[in-house]
Amino acid sequence: MKTIFSACLLTAFAFPAIAAAAPRDDLLSQYAAAAKAASPAFSGFSAKRGETLHLSKFTGGQPDTPSCTTCHGDTPRSAGRTPAGKAIDPVALSVSPTRYTDPAKVEKWFRRNCTEVLGRECTPLEKGDWLTYAISQ
Amino acid sequence: MKIAYRPIALIVLISAFSGVVFQRAQAGGGRYFPPVTDTVVKAECGSCHLAFAPSMLPASSWSRMMGDLKNHFGDDASVDAATADKITRYLTENAGDTGGQRYGRKLLSGVTAQNAPLRITELPKWVRDHREVSAAEWKKKDVGSKANCVACHADAERGYYEDE
Repeated sequence: MKTIFSACLLTAFAFPAIAAAAPRDDLLSQYAAAAKAASPAFSGFSAKRGETLHLSKFTGGQPDTPSCTTCHGDTPRSAGRTPAGKAIDPVALSVSPTRYTDPAKVEKWFRRNCTEVLGRECTPLEKGDWLTYAISQ
Repeated sequence: MKIAYRPIALIVLISAFSGVVFQRAQAGGGRYFPPVTDTVVKAECGSCHLAFAPSMLPASSWSRMMGDLKNHFGDDASVDAATADKITRYLTENAGDTGGQRYGRKLLSGVTAQNAPLRITELPKWVRDHREVSAAEWKKKDVGSKANCVACHADAERGYYEDE
């Protein structure tokens, strides 16, 4: 009886964590499938490549937003700021644990932000790398 | 029967006076614009800039703006069709010439549905009210943009745009 109770308790506590992580994993597997389809050589996402993407300066997008860091700030664990003065939650999952759980929202912001910074939509590889980087921080 | 006129007059006078004071306090010197209360509108219109009060523009401006979110003052702010419909309905129903008339009347003076700008900062009354703000002040790092109301109006999120 006691063990059943403990098991129930454990499940009850563990479940929200599982539920919160699942959408992120789903997103990553979707991006992985698409990346693999685009290039058979694909062998997994890299937080390092994600970091490079995050810190790089681009010229293809809007001149006032050359980099992710323009709005998100120089360090992933600190808050960012939009040109109109709104605070942006840090991109690092360790500081913003509720981030990246709504796939539609993630996709919406990738679409908008990649267009603004790179002048094009990001590839599934870039999205997966970036998300892996943000989750690792 | 003798009617006590003096006390009655006094009461009327006091209530009229407090009515005026209360209205002013509530209006923040005539500059109160009820903030967005709808959670979807607040989230979608308030992630890049302050979710501007619908009473600050006429319904025609909101409709036009919502019709071209892909080119939203130089940015892509597009949302899915269902969300866009919901936001449009909220903004037009509470616009300065519809549901929010009481609040937007002064700001929209001289503005018609035909000549209404999309930018709140192009409304004649807005321009007049901000003419004392110098170019240097607009360029300050913590201001950055004319859309950053809270940089000067600390209570803007709650709808109060007091004089600075």
